[in-house]
Amino acid sequence: MTERLIDMSNDAIIAADNTRDSAKTSAASPAAGLRRRPRRAGVVITRETPWRRGTVWLLQIVIAVAVIGGWELATRIGLIDPFFWSSPSRIYGAFMITLEEGTLFTDTWFTFEATIIGFLLGSTLGAVIGLSLWWSINAAAVVQPYIVVFNAVPKIALGPLLILIFGIGIGSKIALAVAFTAVITAIAAYAGVRAVDDDLVKLTLSLGGRRRDVFFKIVVPSAMPWITSSLNINIGLALAGAIAGEFISSQYGLGKIIMYAGSTYDMAMIWVGIIILGLLAIVLYGAVNWLERKFTRGQNIKTI
Amino acid sequence: MTASSIAEGRPKLRLDGLSHEFRTAGGAPPVKAIENISIDVAPGSFVSLIGQSGCGKSTLFNIMAGLLQPTAGRVVLDGEDITGRAGLVSYMLQKDLLLPWRTILDNVVFGLEIQGVDRREARAVAEPLMERYGLGRFKKHYPAALSGGMRQRAALLRTLLCNNDVILLDEPFAALDAQTRFRMQQWLLTLWRDFGRTVLFVTHDVDEAIFLSDEICVLSPRPGRIADRFHVTLPRPRGRDVVTAPEFIHAKERCLDLLFSGGEPAESEAA
Repeated sequence: MTERLIDMSNDAIIAADNTRDSAKTSAASPAAGLRRRPRRAGVVITRETPWRRGTVWLLQIVIAVAVIGGWELATRIGLIDPFFWSSPSRIYGAFMITLEEGTLFTDTWFTFEATIIGFLLGSTLGAVIGLSLWWSINAAAVVQPYIVVFNAVPKIALGPLLILIFGIGIGSKIALAVAFTAVITAIAAYAGVRAVDDDLVKLTLSLGGRRRDVFFKIVVPSAMPWITSSLNINIGLALAGAIAGEFISSQYGLGKIIMYAGSTYDMAMIWVGIIILGLLAIVLYGAVNWLERKFTRGQNIKTI
Repeated sequence: MTASSIAEGRPKLRLDGLSHEFRTAGGAPPVKAIENISIDVAPGSFVSLIGQSGCGKSTLFNIMAGLLQPTAGRVVLDGEDITGRAGLVSYMLQKDLLLPWRTILDNVVFGLEIQGVDRREARAVAEPLMERYGLGRFKKHYPAALSGGMRQRAALLRTLLCNNDVILLDEPFAALDAQTRFRMQQWLLTLWRDFGRTVLFVTHDVDEAIFLSDEICVLSPRPGRIADRFHVTLPRPRGRDVVTAPEFIHAKERCLDLLFSGGEPAESEAA
């Protein structure tokens, strides 16, 4: 070994030494080859301390008051044009007028009815379609592209068609709400069906269960969280469907109020419609959330 | 090894030359999972099957449970051919498979319900048993609220409540910690004695097999064959100190020799 080293040039000896060194260190620590950095000081993890509920509520009220007050003030001092932007006081005035005329309740009820019926029909129809795909993988394979296509089509495009078929009454609004919602639940239910634990199916079969037992005792309950999570989305969509129908052609409804007010440049009335719509949406969401909690005891799957 | 009828009289369950091949996609030669398995199981006995991963235990159980049609052979229950018919032999998997949307009580009655018993009647049967076997407190709970051991108890009770004489337990305690496991083994033996069922038990754990069983079948890996079969005559009830008994040690050596002879098979093939 030494004899051979002597024969080598100086450079070669150094090179050999270096490789041996680096081999040794890299065996000791894989990071040894990396460029040295100053030793890090460690990271202190900071967490936001949650505020008390009252504080959060107070802030929320402050924001609402600031926005409404700022809006009113800005129109009073001429910063923004109340003809386009309206103002809280004008909106309140318009609200009081419709309240006296008594049309607001009729219109709100019309939209509410169309939304609820459309929501229930659409979600049920969707759930039935999605769940029934469990019965045959072949049928599911055949139907799948149609569902995908129907899902991709903007349902609002069906509006004029549905109004011609179902008339300008509540029927066409319900039909639009169904069109908006059914596919969503169908897709969610089918996803739930595919996510069913095969071992639960196996268990049921090993106990002597038939396909009917598997369907009603395993598939339907385990797809239930998927279905109910789609309801949250659907309530908003059903409302959008009903409003869209009212936009196109209707005698009643919040959509009609907004559309009519828009065509007569009555900005305050538009705002009245939007605000009532918002309140209606909150009530509906609350109801659906309550239902969802009731239906999915024992299972915690939450998408929204 | 042939079906040497160690059982006196008619066996409860007879496996008669069971073989199974899995056809693979793409024209590859079929994989033999089990080959010519014949066992007679005496009524009320506790038989363990031990073997390494890939010895076809699950395939064998799926066939016995009627979930899988064997390539060859028959499953005979009380003299009747039940090959490919499900629901006649109870099957419990390693996972507890409790339905998360049902309370524990409704989970325990699930088997009876599938067998056509009215849910109300089934509950009436199950409730006193749950009290007796330490599940009374959890009747109204959902499975997510229970510990692994308690969930497994519920699953086992569900299996036992079905009106089947033979129950198959596929590594039911594999996922439990050592203390829970020991308590569960004791508990299982209590139930086995009380219910008088015939138990086929699959495990990786040689100690567990010897501790629980009347009889042990050692399976060879891939394709699964019966490599050895012997009785455990240790007196019951067996305490934890049974592990130091000469017969226990002898049985253990016999199993381990068989399991680890012939190199290290199937080490790269999980499950």
